[in-house]
Amino acid sequence: MILDSKIPEGPLAEKWTNHKFNVKLVNPANKRKYDVIVVGTGLAGASAAASLAELGYNVKAFCFQDSPRRAHSIAAQGGINAAKNYQNDGDSVYRLFYDTIKGGDYRAREGNVYRLAQVSVNIIDQCVAQGVPFAREYGGLLANRSFGGAQVSRTFYAKGQTGQQLLLGAYSALSRQVANGKVKLYPRTEMMDVVMVDGKARGIVTRNLITGAIESHSAHAVLLCTGGYGNVFFLSTNAMGSNVTAAWRAHKKGAYFANPSFTQIHPTCIPVSGDHQSKLTLMSESLRNDGRVWVPATVETAEKLRKGLIKVNDIKEEDRDYYLERKYPSFGNLVPRDVASRNAKYVCDEGRGVNETGEAVFLDFRDAIKRDGEATIKAKYGNLFDMYQQITGDNPYQVPMMIYPAVHYTMGGLWVDYNLMTTIPGLYALGEANFSDHGANRLGASALMQGLADGYFVAPYTIGDYLAQNPNDRISTDHPEFQKAEKEVSDRLQKLLSIKGDKTVDYYHKKLGKIMWDYCGMARTAEGLTKAKAMIKELKKEFWTNVNVLGANEELNQSLEKANRVADFIELGELMVDDALSRNESCGGHFREEYQTPEGEALRDDENFAFVSAWKYLGEGLEEELNKEPLVFENVKLTQRSYK
Amino acid sequence: MNLTLKIWRQKNNTDKGGFKEYKITDISEDMSFLEMLDVLNEQLSTKGEDPVHFDHDCREGICGMCSLYINGNPHGPQQTTTCQLHMRSFKDGDTISIEPWRAKAFPVLKDLVVDRSSFDRIIQAGGYVSVNTGGVPDANEIPIPKSIADLAMDAAQCIGCGACVAACKNASAMLFTSAKISQLALLPQGQVERKIRAENMVAQMDAEGFGACTNTGACEAECPKGISITNIARMNREYFSAVLSSDTV
Amino acid sequence: MSWVSKTLNSTLGRKVLMALTGLFLILFLVVHLAGNLQLLIPDGGEAFNKYAATMANNPFIKVVSIGNFAFILLHVIYSIILSRHNKKSRPVGYSITKASSNSTWASRNMGILGTLLLIFILVHLKGFYYEVKFGSIPMTSYEGVEFKDVFAIVSAAYSNVLYVAFYVLSMGFLAFHLSHGFASAFQTLGLNHVKYSPLIRKVGLVFSILIPALFALIPLVMFFQN
Repeated sequence: MILDSKIPEGPLAEKWTNHKFNVKLVNPANKRKYDVIVVGTGLAGASAAASLAELGYNVKAFCFQDSPRRAHSIAAQGGINAAKNYQNDGDSVYRLFYDTIKGGDYRAREGNVYRLAQVSVNIIDQCVAQGVPFAREYGGLLANRSFGGAQVSRTFYAKGQTGQQLLLGAYSALSRQVANGKVKLYPRTEMMDVVMVDGKARGIVTRNLITGAIESHSAHAVLLCTGGYGNVFFLSTNAMGSNVTAAWRAHKKGAYFANPSFTQIHPTCIPVSGDHQSKLTLMSESLRNDGRVWVPATVETAEKLRKGLIKVNDIKEEDRDYYLERKYPSFGNLVPRDVASRNAKYVCDEGRGVNETGEAVFLDFRDAIKRDGEATIKAKYGNLFDMYQQITGDNPYQVPMMIYPAVHYTMGGLWVDYNLMTTIPGLYALGEANFSDHGANRLGASALMQGLADGYFVAPYTIGDYLAQNPNDRISTDHPEFQKAEKEVSDRLQKLLSIKGDKTVDYYHKKLGKIMWDYCGMARTAEGLTKAKAMIKELKKEFWTNVNVLGANEELNQSLEKANRVADFIELGELMVDDALSRNESCGGHFREEYQTPEGEALRDDENFAFVSAWKYLGEGLEEELNKEPLVFENVKLTQRSYK
Repeated sequence: MNLTLKIWRQKNNTDKGGFKEYKITDISEDMSFLEMLDVLNEQLSTKGEDPVHFDHDCREGICGMCSLYINGNPHGPQQTTTCQLHMRSFKDGDTISIEPWRAKAFPVLKDLVVDRSSFDRIIQAGGYVSVNTGGVPDANEIPIPKSIADLAMDAAQCIGCGACVAACKNASAMLFTSAKISQLALLPQGQVERKIRAENMVAQMDAEGFGACTNTGACEAECPKGISITNIARMNREYFSAVLSSDTV
Repeated sequence: MSWVSKTLNSTLGRKVLMALTGLFLILFLVVHLAGNLQLLIPDGGEAFNKYAATMANNPFIKVVSIGNFAFILLHVIYSIILSRHNKKSRPVGYSITKASSNSTWASRNMGILGTLLLIFILVHLKGFYYEVKFGSIPMTSYEGVEFKDVFAIVSAAYSNVLYVAFYVLSMGFLAFHLSHGFASAFQTLGLNHVKYSPLIRKVGLVFSILIPALFALIPLVMFFQN
């Protein structure tokens, strides 16, 4: 199949405007005849569901949490980018576009990214109108800050809880449509499969997480807004429930999966403290604005520190290595996430890590406190410092924080065209669930922007275009395709319940996570990836013969929920390894040790790898087929990223 | 450390339920409370016993999904969420009692899992500004004094966990409801629907079967986000000025 | 349902009735205390008896006293309605609660305190109000004018150690009831402000100690004078 990205013709700046004019429209009176399913109620899902309902479509919104407001978008701390140029510091739509393309190491589509930068300004307007309490200056206008990797202040924020406030804004819009009767809400309901009729997505099969009931829902279009799959690593900053199941089931039904190995490792997370660890906690990247990253200059000092022979505050200035400031004088501590993460790994691999496990570096506020006073630092980061102290028991006003990179975001996802439609007609993917806008590395404060751009401003146009070209007849869920899908789902769950082996689901999840982190994490090699592939295959076999899932389907059963998700993570893990193995270059978050500059920076191969890898599922046990969507750059010149 | 856990077990919504005791050993003080329960559940699962069901998701203290009434306090002894509570708050040999949130409007679904959809319905009754996507003015069109924006943000921080209801001796949801009413009453964007919002949200709160406020302040003391009962006073003002002056009869 | 009854039956409406009636009763306490303090004037009860006569005959005071009874009744009835409603809001209770870590004892036990005060009020009314109004009481005269000698009844009552103890104890209950009720009424009425609320709480605290203490002082002084 030839992947048609459907990028509109014309100059970059006019593509979206032209496209909006060219899309077909559904007559207002006919909109109520169309049903749309939205899976997931995070920023992308809630905003899309609300916007589509406002237009007049009938929307069914699903989430596995007990309320739409719990979606993991809520945990984003730092902020949301928008090319408002309110600060008069030289920002523009083009600059945001350029920064995003460059930050993504030139592995994203120009057209998509430009559109993202364009609608970013509308997002802020929309959120403010909803009553999102963004931070403000004394004059009453909106405040901005600069954020990881950007040299302009274009990030809007609401304390350290920007994701929460944006999500609650979208949730309020969604709630309004629930009250209007245009959205029917299905909380504690998990999507189990996509149902296709005549080659088009026409509905989904779900499991009611309270009763276990397997149910079908039919519609004219299905939107997957189900977030990322970072939990394939077991330990990540994702919520415990975040999973790939919806996207993976769609993939197995024919939706291509793009760039699965592009994962973002966030540099500022609280280090792992022991085997019991269930998840990792992110400390906002904004901390790097004032905190200085360092490790001891020598392995000997680091060893003494790890053994508790010396205290961190006793280490003299000349014995400290502020390695980011040393290597990247112009960006310093604010280098993009992938660069910061990789350098933390390097210094720890050298044996200069600072905690007991040897996998941590310092993020020090001593100088900032000296410069601005404790009160100022407290006003900026008070809640983050409190959170850190709550988790670690250390007081960051007195001793430096310890941080280490952790899996945070997945740039890969379902392949979508410019309209956000997957390779299955009528099936869309929005937000982190798709692959589209961040290339091989996402810039800070851009995830919120993309989720809301897709949901508020892109999907409402492009879905109308699809629906206008399709009849509004409804399909009964008695249709054989629904019946077949329901049976497959039930059979699979029964199979999981009937294995009755002797290892828990978490046992396998942890094992998978370790394989992924060791071989498909911050640095990858062909050798390691080949090894990982064999290990995952073995793990999959063992899982399906020896996992122990307790209880029955017909009840609230968290083991069954987990087992169902982990089974999909294992399959995804294998694909991620395949993808990493096939991409013989380093770009952004994908770092192959074989491909690096003499200074240890990612070495892209634009000649051979300037494409999107889109994987097609061919069947159980078969290798997936790699399809390539060439990336054409007409407006930016591909350069080696340099943050020196 | 070694601990004794007294945990509420209830098969489903109709089951009567009761406490069950579990011994758990070798708990590190760096564990979070939920990780301690993970360890218990791994042990139970390995033994073939049904693991303890509890709600949790982000484990960063922001999604509001985790609950648990621990040793007589919602979210345990500290003013934080259960997921951010660490075992260093307990001592070796402690007995820890764990119960679900208790309220008529929060029926128990299984073990420690309760249904908080009543909160969603309160928001649906008016916790929004009725603007459609698109066609809104520029974000800097309406200046908002920093102090007002900050106050609105303080109220907006509510994570909807329900600790206020759990803590209140009357199972009242006034802190939750007032936080949203306050946020939107403070901001210029919320003015248009200010009256109808207060009336409808209070009516829905009552319809859900939450109790009345007796100003004990327990909600504020237990709220993991430190939402102030000043918001309740504001809600009272909003509500009465609305019923006395609105043109809805 | 009309909007009025709908409002008054909402949880907020009921609370406001509690607050308004409570504040009226607080005001009444001050007036009542001012009158009662005349018992301590060493004039053999002349001032007090004259005051009692004024209170009994002034038409304005009569209306107010009917209102006062009505407010006490409303305060009681609504507290019962609210307590029942609140009880129903948590059909299954907790096995352990550590409420002392998040709220004051008085704030959680307003119902019990109120019930004890209601008993006190009933005994108090029976002992004085009923006797003065409907019982036979001795008369006394000042400058040739006849007055009911209410002072004599009070004085007799306060020579009984049990009666005095009951009074003093009840004023203790009142102190606790007020310690929460005073500031709580303002909060319910929405009168919460960064500048004034701390003041209200301080005044409330002083009020809740001072007024019951002065009330309790009267029987004590009279007991020891006898």
